[in-house]
Amino acid sequence: MPGNLIGRSYIPPDHLAKVTGRARYAEDFRADGMLFTKLLLSPMPHARVRRLDASAALAMPGVRAILTADDLPDLDGAERALTNEPLYAGEPILAVAAVDELTAADAIEKIVVDLEPLPFVTNALDSLRPDGPNARLNGNAWGPPPPPAAQGPPARPSLETVKWTAGDFAEEEQGRLPMGTPLEEWAYGDLDAGFAAAALVLDETFVVQSTGHHPMETRSAMAYWQNGRLFIHASTQSVAQTRGNIARWVGIDPSQVMLISEYTGGGFGSKGGGAVSSAIPALLSRKANAPVMMRITREEESYIGRARTNMTGRVKVGFAQGGRITAMDLFIVQDTGPYGPLGDHRSAGNAASLIYQPPAMRWRAVNVLTNTPPRSQQRSPGPMQANGIIEPVITKAARQLGIDQVAIRRMNSPEGKAPFGPVLPSGQRNHVTSAFVKQALDRGAALFNWEARGRRTGQRQGSKVRGIGVAVGPHGAGSIGWDSIMTIRPDGRLYVQSGVGNLGTHSVIDLARVAADLLDVPWEKVEVVWGDTGKHLPWTCPSVGSQTTHGMTRANHAGAMDARRKLQEIAARDLGGSPDEYETGGERVYRRSNPARGLTYAQAARRAIALGGRYYGHELPDDINPMTRASATSLAGLGLMGVAKDNYGRNGATYSFVIGFAEVEVDVETGAVTLVDLVAVGDVGTVINPRSLLAQIKGGCCLGVAHALFQKSVVDPRYGVSLTDRFHYSKPLSILDVPSAMQAEALNLADPETPVGARGVGEPPVGAAYGAVMNAIADAVGEDVFRRAPVTADVILMSLEHGRRMHEPLRMHV
Amino acid sequence: MSLSRRNFIKGVIAGGAVASSAGYLFRSAGPLLGQSSAAGAVERLLTLNVNGQARRVDVLKQETLAMTLRYKLGLAGTKLGCDRAECGACTVLIDDVPHYSCSVLTHTVRSRRILTIEGLSAGGDLHPVQQGVLDEQGFQCAFCLPGFVMAAVGYLKVHPNPSREELAHGVSGNLCRCQDYDKILTSLMRGAEYMRRT
Repeated sequence: MPGNLIGRSYIPPDHLAKVTGRARYAEDFRADGMLFTKLLLSPMPHARVRRLDASAALAMPGVRAILTADDLPDLDGAERALTNEPLYAGEPILAVAAVDELTAADAIEKIVVDLEPLPFVTNALDSLRPDGPNARLNGNAWGPPPPPAAQGPPARPSLETVKWTAGDFAEEEQGRLPMGTPLEEWAYGDLDAGFAAAALVLDETFVVQSTGHHPMETRSAMAYWQNGRLFIHASTQSVAQTRGNIARWVGIDPSQVMLISEYTGGGFGSKGGGAVSSAIPALLSRKANAPVMMRITREEESYIGRARTNMTGRVKVGFAQGGRITAMDLFIVQDTGPYGPLGDHRSAGNAASLIYQPPAMRWRAVNVLTNTPPRSQQRSPGPMQANGIIEPVITKAARQLGIDQVAIRRMNSPEGKAPFGPVLPSGQRNHVTSAFVKQALDRGAALFNWEARGRRTGQRQGSKVRGIGVAVGPHGAGSIGWDSIMTIRPDGRLYVQSGVGNLGTHSVIDLARVAADLLDVPWEKVEVVWGDTGKHLPWTCPSVGSQTTHGMTRANHAGAMDARRKLQEIAARDLGGSPDEYETGGERVYRRSNPARGLTYAQAARRAIALGGRYYGHELPDDINPMTRASATSLAGLGLMGVAKDNYGRNGATYSFVIGFAEVEVDVETGAVTLVDLVAVGDVGTVINPRSLLAQIKGGCCLGVAHALFQKSVVDPRYGVSLTDRFHYSKPLSILDVPSAMQAEALNLADPETPVGARGVGEPPVGAAYGAVMNAIADAVGEDVFRRAPVTADVILMSLEHGRRMHEPLRMHV
Repeated sequence: MSLSRRNFIKGVIAGGAVASSAGYLFRSAGPLLGQSSAAGAVERLLTLNVNGQARRVDVLKQETLAMTLRYKLGLAGTKLGCDRAECGACTVLIDDVPHYSCSVLTHTVRSRRILTIEGLSAGGDLHPVQQGVLDEQGFQCAFCLPGFVMAAVGYLKVHPNPSREELAHGVSGNLCRCQDYDKILTSLMRGAEYMRRT
């Protein structure tokens, strides 16, 4: 979609507050008489609360209230903010409100909790053994998702008990993932024929780690009640979508929740729809009849914050002599944590079938529960793990077949409306809306200077040896069907309501650029209204799964078209002729045959108010969400209203792709890996905001680099306690761990299935860099040196010293 | 006086803050912001020099500068990211030198000049480093931004003309989780350029 604003960088209107320190995040708010809360966390990975005695704590001066699981609404078995049956070490059992944090902490010390220890498991494979423990009393794995219901929320899958036979574990000693009976499976094509026709068949196991999300801002929250309504300052990725969640967690009607979240200090999927823990200050505040601040420390965040699902995957791939894949057989054991269920394993299967385009494929999986910190989707949930499992096989095959690493990925990459995933009930396989992966690979190889660099890899210079790697990161990148509200007011300005969370990607603001372009309103006259459910926000997608830019540019396209139509109608009514004879532009609606004849937007806004009805938001479309209806009703009368649901068609599922290219230098005497260079190219549709888009690509790549080199979760299997409870123990990437300059680009090719052409970008870079860095290490020191991530110095050094892989082959959380 | 970890711990012990924190697994809340109940925790009225102003404030002996700034002086621009001197979000300048304010006891900085993100643009004009970050749109969620900017300002006061690599070292005590370090560095380099011009 051409325009003056789309495709241009700008300084977002919230940035000045950020650089001056005036931007207020959840923990920056204060209220008169504000109390502080501290949590009592379970010291055991699985236990039942037999008895609680808080009398000594409640008798302390300054202690005002105590909240337990008994004070929380039942959520039909889903995770609650407090529990009487902790399922992981660090799960909150109760909370105390007191006049200050130290008093609250002292009170926690005085509470007597009698816990009955229950069986627990930290390693998903152990739970599948014939006599293995279950993470929960009524099962150890989630069954397949039930078929979608015609109405209402999707039904939850059932909790099942899966045990494999001793025979299933026969290959464990060789480091090959046991493959017992799966709980989920699909297949298409002729797998046996594919393998029979292959010139090379590889069968490898890879362990993808879990990592905490650890946004810089923890899930702190502050809450108070006024006249029966809850006011809550909380950190979320999705303002409009979080209101209903908080209402459910607290047990009140969504209309009684006033959520304020203008700035969010990162989420990466861990605050997709807010945080369940936000119910604690809300309910404590009601009980204590005073505002309550819940400051979550970094250590607490390492338990109650979220983490990526870890997977141990095994894949068998057949290759023709020329490198084309003939068949793929993928088996995943996913550790979904104590709650869930997460669907990363399914996304991983879909992603594998998409980026490698096997003509025949089988996917099998079991989604196992463990008593480890809870999971949620983390930036590229599933596709990134698929990159980890499958890339080593592709790299090894290219080596053995004598094919260039870019060439083997290019020939197997998706193009156009490429198919992916299983055969659907319709009898067809799904397909993407568009894919330009081959162009992106070509562009990236040129930018990276792939061929020239390849000539100097693999040769030792002293103790150093260099390697290069490439990988394609895919991810779903857009939803449809959301709503938009905007008003042109008598001051001549365009007000766009945005229910997106402000987590720094700028999609919260970018979506208004589409409306401004369509209506030809200069950016200085556009006001974006965001960050507060009291400001009448439309039904908006959750900002997860890289869907916002796609979903909300479509919605605002629809809303702006509605506003334009109303401008034309008002002009025709006042100035004669039919609406189609009128154009919009230059903040006017005017007659095409006589441009002098027209109305300014300010005049049209006044006329809309005079006309009322549908023009100023009194009569609304039938198909908008009730939340949009309530918000539009509150805004009615302020000006000419554009309000619409995105009803544009879409042929296929929207996916984005980022190609990562990496060069590393490995010191074979210390095992240390230095990232020398990283280049990334995105196939992400039309570019809305270049500077933010490239930030997303580079930042996402850096998360992938950190996964390849440093970050992990470590859980003590004997006591079931997480040991990575500080930044220090799961090293995040620092500014010294990346090259001092990085290069990224986007193809800027429009997706044909959305009116704006834009797809999402947040997630695909993660798997791209994750795969590219690990492939570069393999290129430098050999593709059989490691089969788990992160590839730390000890992993490399031990393997090189012994001439074979020495790391624990299958165990998770080490 | 140097603000070493050793001095910090000595200061905490002197303040009596350890009396209650038995450190039982998962219960160690951190002795923050206590008032009435902790043994030996008595507030004392101090005068601090913050952002060029003399601020009178009651502080506990074991109170950290970050908590005083955020909860008693209304300067919430200084962020707490880890409470443990790992992330740098709470960085402020003390006598022009960057410090993690989560790990500085307030009573140890009575006669020192404290500068926070709010004080950088106290006169109304942005500091050149803030202007550089604004113009280049450095940072995404920006929770780490105040700490990075204060660290950069402190570094640039001593090293006005750094290379990208040198400035990266100058702010390497700060973590970002959105992790577009490339643009962060570009924006801080722009700030360095503006600083040299003024």
